Amino acid sequence: MTITRRTILKGAAAAGSAALASPVFIRNAFAEDPIKLGTVFDISGIFDAYGKPIDMAVQLAVKQLNDGGGLLGRPIEHIGYDTQSNMALYTQYAQQLTRQVKVDVVHGGILSASREAIRQTLRRANTLYFYNIQYEGGVCDRNCFITGVTPAQTTEVQIPYTMEKWGKKVYILAADYNYGQLMARWIQKYFKDNGGETVAVDFFPLDVADFGSTITKIQTAAPDMVYSALVGGAHLSFYRQWAAAGMKSRIPLASTTLGVGSEHLVLTPEEGDGIVVCYNYSPELDTPANKAFTTAWGEMHGAETIPNIHELAVSNYQGIMLWAEAVKAANSVEHDSLITALDSGLSYEGPAGMVTIDPKTHHATLDVHLMEMRDQKLNVIKSFGAREPIDTQLVCDLVANPDDNQQYEIDI
Amino acid sequence: MDLAAVFILEILYSIAVLVLISAGLAVVFGMMRVINLAHGEFMMMGGYATIVAVKAGVNVYVAMLIVAPLAVGLIGLVVERLVIRFLYGRLVDTMLATWGLSLAFTGAAVMIFGNTTTGVSTPIEGFTLGAYQINGYNFFIIIVSILLLVASYIVLRGTRLGLVARGTMQSADMASALGYSPDRVYMTTFFVGSALAGLAGGVLAPLVGLVPTWGTLYIAKAFITVISGGASIVLGLLSSATVFGLVSQTFTFLSGPVIGEVALLVAAIVLLRLLPQGITGRFFKGRL
Repeated sequence: MTITRRTILKGAAAAGSAALASPVFIRNAFAEDPIKLGTVFDISGIFDAYGKPIDMAVQLAVKQLNDGGGLLGRPIEHIGYDTQSNMALYTQYAQQLTRQVKVDVVHGGILSASREAIRQTLRRANTLYFYNIQYEGGVCDRNCFITGVTPAQTTEVQIPYTMEKWGKKVYILAADYNYGQLMARWIQKYFKDNGGETVAVDFFPLDVADFGSTITKIQTAAPDMVYSALVGGAHLSFYRQWAAAGMKSRIPLASTTLGVGSEHLVLTPEEGDGIVVCYNYSPELDTPANKAFTTAWGEMHGAETIPNIHELAVSNYQGIMLWAEAVKAANSVEHDSLITALDSGLSYEGPAGMVTIDPKTHHATLDVHLMEMRDQKLNVIKSFGAREPIDTQLVCDLVANPDDNQQYEIDI
Repeated sequence: MDLAAVFILEILYSIAVLVLISAGLAVVFGMMRVINLAHGEFMMMGGYATIVAVKAGVNVYVAMLIVAPLAVGLIGLVVERLVIRFLYGRLVDTMLATWGLSLAFTGAAVMIFGNTTTGVSTPIEGFTLGAYQINGYNFFIIIVSILLLVASYIVLRGTRLGLVARGTMQSADMASALGYSPDRVYMTTFFVGSALAGLAGGVLAPLVGLVPTWGTLYIAKAFITVISGGASIVLGLLSSATVFGLVSQTFTFLSGPVIGEVALLVAAIVLLRLLPQGITGRFFKGRL
């Protein structure tokens, strides 16, 4: 048998492929496999004022994680879908993420309706789901982690502050849907608990833009303050008409919604100054964590976008970072080990303060900050540490009842 | 006593707003029989024209009363030349075409201005009436509406232009035989109608947060007002706006804004059941 050059080459090739197929190489190739992070948000369409900054926050979080070497030595691959403010696309994209892309976790949803549209799909697919938005409370689902604030977390401290400052009688204006109706009940409850009283509650369909007669009615009732849970562009007219009538100096305003979509940038200082709100985040927070966050945001997206950072964006950033902490703690992206890690009292110090998961409800324990609008900024007056999701705790106990899967309507 | 004065003022304001938002439609739909489903979007563009002009340093009154109507009138002119003029007399087709236009305008506004709320602050201070604070801008809107009605009446009644326009709408062939070009009359009338919609948008802009979908808030009310008003343009507008302003404001006052809106719709249904030709189909018949 003669050994030709060709046989030698063949042998070398065979040896080479054998080496490639050996377990050592396989493990290394696997280690390079990215961890897949899926997101679904309304980045365009009528909710884009909420969705665009959220998307920017997600990009920042993924970049920072990857710059730090990824998780478990693997890079993070972000697969993001834009649902275009179209509810039907939520279910479609959620299924695509779980069935085709096979992501390791999904962060997504803005409105409560979009959360409920995809929550069950993700639960059935056994894919971990994070909803990082402030909402009306009550969701009880072991597969779902919620890192936004719920009504009681904020109003319970906001109301005693405003009552001490302004008086006992409140007039409530609220948007006429799930959130507004529930919020109005929480406001009434906390006024009553603190010895105050509600003189009237008015609900407004989302497209009402004329508040003239309401302003007269409020004057007839002569409350000490007005609480507004109004929502969206049309309702912004209220603040404008209130200021135009010269009411700002007569009856003070507090809100549970104004500013979450950066509305204070649209109102002029004369229209917005002095309105008291209470949220998890303000770009004005004077902490090292927030400074680092806004600087990094400015470097990535441009300094001019920093005033657009709102609570919903930061909440999603914190949600992703908290998930990353859980992956590190569990040393795995496996579904049940991650839930165990998150339930162990894991916490993350974010731009808005400490975020800790409450194992009973899978909601977050968060810091909240009382703020006053001044010159189109949300200036922090006072901070309250580690507020538990007390409203959802009334109805939900996942430790005792891990198979629970519904959104409770909290009886107030 | 103070409350009564405030209440009357609110009703007058409510009537004035209805007159303002319906005036352009009364010309385009009432006179020309073109169902303009893009009327609300014309208003929205008037609002944006005002805001853009104010932010560029133009005086707010000039922006509202001159820039907005002119800008929207010119857009209306282009729309008439490119789309509407092929569709005169074809109600359903104009409806579809203008619906498409309304979607396109909303989309364009989203592309240009983004989907965020914008606005300018109200230029008139609030003032005190007895124990109440009142929005001073309400007076401005009431005055603009009165001037608008008076001007329309004078133009339609007293000038040759108005006479020719009315004549052409009644019988285009006859106008043509008498040497007037119906094409040009239609074009001018559509321009005026669009400009009036632009004016409404401009004047209302300082009261609200403006979004690209803002027009949809007003389109239904404008149509209800014009249809219930009936054939006479000025008197029809005034009478139906008075009825609806009174009804909606009274119920809003007694109960709340939801009931106020419902009351307006119920009033419109009852009115049209009793007077299918609108208010001026029965009363003030044949008057302007």
